[in-house]
Amino acid sequence: MDIFFTKEHEWVKVKEGIAAVGISDFAAHQLGDVTFVELPQMGKTVKQFSVLASIESVKAASDIYAPVSGTVTKVNEVLDERPEIVNESPEDAGWIAWLEGFDPAELNGLMTREQYEDYVKGLA
Amino acid sequence: MESLKNTPLCREHERLKALMAPFGGWNMPIQYEGILAEHRWCREKAALFDICHMGEFLFTGDIVASGLEEVFTFSVTSIPVGRSRYGFLLNEAGGVIDDLIVFRLAEDEAMVVVNAATIDKDFAAIAGRLSGGEFRNISATTGKLDLQGPLSREILAAVVGPEITSIPYFKCIKTPILGADAIVSRTGYTGELGYEVFLPAEKTVELWNRLLEDSRVRPAGLGARDVLRLEVGYSLYGSDIDEDTTPLEAGLEAFVNFDKTFVGKEALLAQRAAGLTRAKVAFQVTSRRSPRHDYEIYCKDERVGTVTSGVFSPMLGCGIGIGFVKPEIATFGTPLTIRHEQVSMEATVVALPFYRGGSLRR
Repeated sequence: MDIFFTKEHEWVKVKEGIAAVGISDFAAHQLGDVTFVELPQMGKTVKQFSVLASIESVKAASDIYAPVSGTVTKVNEVLDERPEIVNESPEDAGWIAWLEGFDPAELNGLMTREQYEDYVKGLA
Repeated sequence: MESLKNTPLCREHERLKALMAPFGGWNMPIQYEGILAEHRWCREKAALFDICHMGEFLFTGDIVASGLEEVFTFSVTSIPVGRSRYGFLLNEAGGVIDDLIVFRLAEDEAMVVVNAATIDKDFAAIAGRLSGGEFRNISATTGKLDLQGPLSREILAAVVGPEITSIPYFKCIKTPILGADAIVSRTGYTGELGYEVFLPAEKTVELWNRLLEDSRVRPAGLGARDVLRLEVGYSLYGSDIDEDTTPLEAGLEAFVNFDKTFVGKEALLAQRAAGLTRAKVAFQVTSRRSPRHDYEIYCKDERVGTVTSGVFSPMLGCGIGIGFVKPEIATFGTPLTIRHEQVSMEATVVALPFYRGGSLRR
């Protein structure tokens, strides 16, 4: 499965026309204990890099941007009750939403894992 | 910009891989393993806090003749030796220069414990009101560790000695710790059974590590401390109270003794006679969203005030906050909306404390 990252620290995993979206391990660590995730509305249509969801930790509140354009077809409802999963497993069980109907060409503007890791090192 | 000050424990924090951040001019640990885990450890076991940044002043002399009796909103002479009292140092306008605790150590000896960011202005204000006695800032040579949590009594007794087990709430004793003169006070900022230990700065690292040898003790940072204090409704100086806020507005009149003379009394009496134009309010959010400092408070679409403190409360499972509103809004049960940019959350005015299950008076 291909995974790409944004400069705002979202990841997107693409498989069979579905783009699963979440926040990176780095972002989850920076946020600290996640206490609330505002999941997007099912069926909501978002443009690439527009606000998809929002997330709150004990320390801060921030927006999660859509790594690709698309329509929300599934949200991770487990996070309503257990938002701490984002800390425990940010790049797997802590996924936020699925987007469908995206243009694969949009992935070209994102970073590979290797590029993202270099990018994060540059932020330190 | 002035460089950040370090406490004697900065190398220990480094070793424990704490996340450090500036607080009141100090480089302080915000968290170790994580704010929520540390919060929980304090509510269930015992958490150890580095509070060396706070200030301590020592007064020796005649409390009445020196004028110390009239410096604070409470009477110092009426504090029995071995007890402490919380209250305020006010300006002439009744605004809070600082909230503090005075420990009556002897007939002619009192220790004033103040916030870190306000040490210099507090010292100048108090010294300026004294006309006798000896008044010294002992902050630099005094270390302060807080051990807080339901297990803190037995843990501290094992290290310091059994004499600390019988200290009641808001009492303190002088006792040797690690061979040095120290003060153990049954006070804190968490709503749990707990102690504040004052000892020579050079002994702080040793006591810190001795306490951490007990597996029931874990270090906790200022992040957890903020959640703990807000759950029990304690004010944070600089956020909830400041020089433009009076104790009456902040709902802290219980710590003001109008039967005595103190700086700011005339202003408070005038404010009370004229009626308040704003009042502190505590509110509980209907979701897990956190209100935060400077978020706006609305009631029926009218802007009625501003949030001064807010967090997600792990004990209540929802957001909690305090702020200042028009007085007529500060009635239990009033529905509020908290807003900030596109964020909006529903809340209800409630009574303090938010969390009542602590071991504070156990």
